[in-house]
Amino acid sequence: MTTPSTPAPEQTGPVPPATPRTARSWLRDHSELGVGALLLALGVLVLTDALTMDVDITQRGPVGPKTVPVVVGIGLLLVATLLAVDVLRGGRGQAEAGEDVDLGEPADWRTVLLLSGVFLGSAVLIEPLGFPAAGALLFWGAAYTLGSRRVDRDPLIAAVLSLAAYALFDKLLGVPLPGGPLMGVL
Amino acid sequence: MNALNSLLDGFGTALTPLNLLWAAVGVLLGTAIGVLPGIGPAMAVALLLPVTYGLDPTGAFIMFAGIYYGAMFGGSTTSILLNTPGESAAVVAAMEGNPMAKSGRGAQALAAAAVGHFAGGMVGTLLLVALAPTVADLAVDIGAPDYFAIMVLAFIAVTSVLGSSRIRGLASLLIGLTIGLIGLDQMTGQQRLTFGSLHLADGVDVVIVAVGLFAIGEALWVAAHLRRRPPEPIPVGRPWLGRADLRRTWKSWARGPLIGFPFGAIPAGGAEIPTFLSYVTEKRLSKHKDEWGKGAIEGVAGPESAASASAAGTLVSMLTLGLPTTAVAAVMLAAFQQYGIQPGPLLFEREPDLVWGLIASLFVGMVLLLALNLPLAPLWAKLLRVPRPYLYAGIMFFAAVGAYAVGGEVIDLVLLLVIGLIGFGMRRYGLPVLPAVIGVILGPAAEQQLRRALQISDGSVTGLVNTPFSVTVYAVVVLLLAWPLLRRALPHRTATPAGTPETAGESESRTPSDRGV
Repeated sequence: MTTPSTPAPEQTGPVPPATPRTARSWLRDHSELGVGALLLALGVLVLTDALTMDVDITQRGPVGPKTVPVVVGIGLLLVATLLAVDVLRGGRGQAEAGEDVDLGEPADWRTVLLLSGVFLGSAVLIEPLGFPAAGALLFWGAAYTLGSRRVDRDPLIAAVLSLAAYALFDKLLGVPLPGGPLMGVL
Repeated sequence: MNALNSLLDGFGTALTPLNLLWAAVGVLLGTAIGVLPGIGPAMAVALLLPVTYGLDPTGAFIMFAGIYYGAMFGGSTTSILLNTPGESAAVVAAMEGNPMAKSGRGAQALAAAAVGHFAGGMVGTLLLVALAPTVADLAVDIGAPDYFAIMVLAFIAVTSVLGSSRIRGLASLLIGLTIGLIGLDQMTGQQRLTFGSLHLADGVDVVIVAVGLFAIGEALWVAAHLRRRPPEPIPVGRPWLGRADLRRTWKSWARGPLIGFPFGAIPAGGAEIPTFLSYVTEKRLSKHKDEWGKGAIEGVAGPESAASASAAGTLVSMLTLGLPTTAVAAVMLAAFQQYGIQPGPLLFEREPDLVWGLIASLFVGMVLLLALNLPLAPLWAKLLRVPRPYLYAGIMFFAAVGAYAVGGEVIDLVLLLVIGLIGFGMRRYGLPVLPAVIGVILGPAAEQQLRRALQISDGSVTGLVNTPFSVTVYAVVVLLLAWPLLRRALPHRTATPAGTPETAGESESRTPSDRGV
């Protein structure tokens, strides 16, 4: 028996990413090397930080604050190299699947950038506008970016959600959130 | 009898109106979250970490445990009705459950899953009651070298047992350890990786890391690949089981915990492996082999029971040793740290009210789950229709609330986004998230134990292996590391099952069963 009792052939697990066989360029196909480069940079950063530490006075016991960062830094350099070798040999990290994830389509970078922008924008607005207003903007903005276009419903949901969360945290749980000028009026 | 008395005291804690309320909130929230696509129990607990700032520890953990169990049940609902499992633990539920739903037996599939979760959770929690105090007693005088060994085991286990690539697991762990290094060194006050920033000198709060990796990372990842037309759930009525179904399922429910519990207690990926093993076992023992693949009810009952029992097993390691074996346990460990409580052998001595209240509330939660979920199933099914923009906008919103609640500083939100982008990249390139989270949570603690152990032994490395306990743990670590080599030496099977990554423990235990078929 070469075929063991595997479960139903139906695809239930993560769908393999659709890597086009006719890759447009070698670099595109090997973009995972960028991960290796980032790990390498991180390793250099950690090692530099560890080795430039001035620990003569503060060290107590045989192991000072340097040791673990040095180990982690070397580990990062090692893993970066191993990953690069793995990628060059044809290994690929499998993109994560999920209920709402369609890996058949190319990544939609515009949405990701816009979403990050909405998030940053709202974060900056928390202090001047207060949490309820900034939070509502975050929800509406994110929903809009993700494709919701109900101008009647979306802002309403955003406002209710934001006020409810404000009340829950600020009043019930005792986690202070800035009310902003809006809550001053209400 | 001691455990029994403590458990009765625990019920005294769990049955106070307020804690009963937290248990109910937990299971309802957990089920809803489990049903909702895109949110797993780990993300849910991470998003709720900020409540630890306002809630007493007992209430918070009762709620978290309710979420854990509830989300398990909710996840299988999604699998059965939608056939696109989000949590790895729910993959198996789709294999027989979805064909059942398609052929109009969705109500029975949901009932088999619900009762399975109840049975598995009950048996698992009873085993927890029986075992946890003993484990805690045995481990009560473990010292710094032993703690360090346990943490090394956790690091190695999450990187080499989970996922398909050890290198990528290790990369993820190192990213986590690096984030954990940021801030003042706990023993000397030396600044590390702070780049002169006062904010970074406090370290990166674990809430921000967990929420960033689990919630923001997921939301951004889904945003990049959002399915334009979400799959349509299969409509379903109130779950029920006929006499014939009951006759077929009760044995599966009983067998599930035997497989699930031990796997939950060891760092082997939580419910993923035991549910699959239970599936294979049920298939082999079934008298209705022709139905498999077309909707055999045992294939839902057994694995679901195993899944809940594995959650109980996870709690044994988490509470008695402070060893998180799943993402949820890791985030719960972070919650313990928020309260300044160190889970481990001493937890049962120092915080008996909390631990036994939590354990008793698991029983309460299970009863609540069964009582609520059977009638509410059609309602849960409606949740599958929630517009995806609202869902992911909501995740971003609550992530922002959580991160801002940490210290009321906007810079924390920027940090959250940065970590979210790291989480996005990790999802894109197949780096598992769990090792990074474990690295952040356990890294600083591991370093302290290491330095303490070496201080005692005056720098001699033998100080790390001078107890039988630590030697045993390192032996397990070596076994885990050497496993791929050992496996090559052993006779092995050729194909791996669809949807389940080949992992060490899995192929080990599956080999004999496949021979027989």
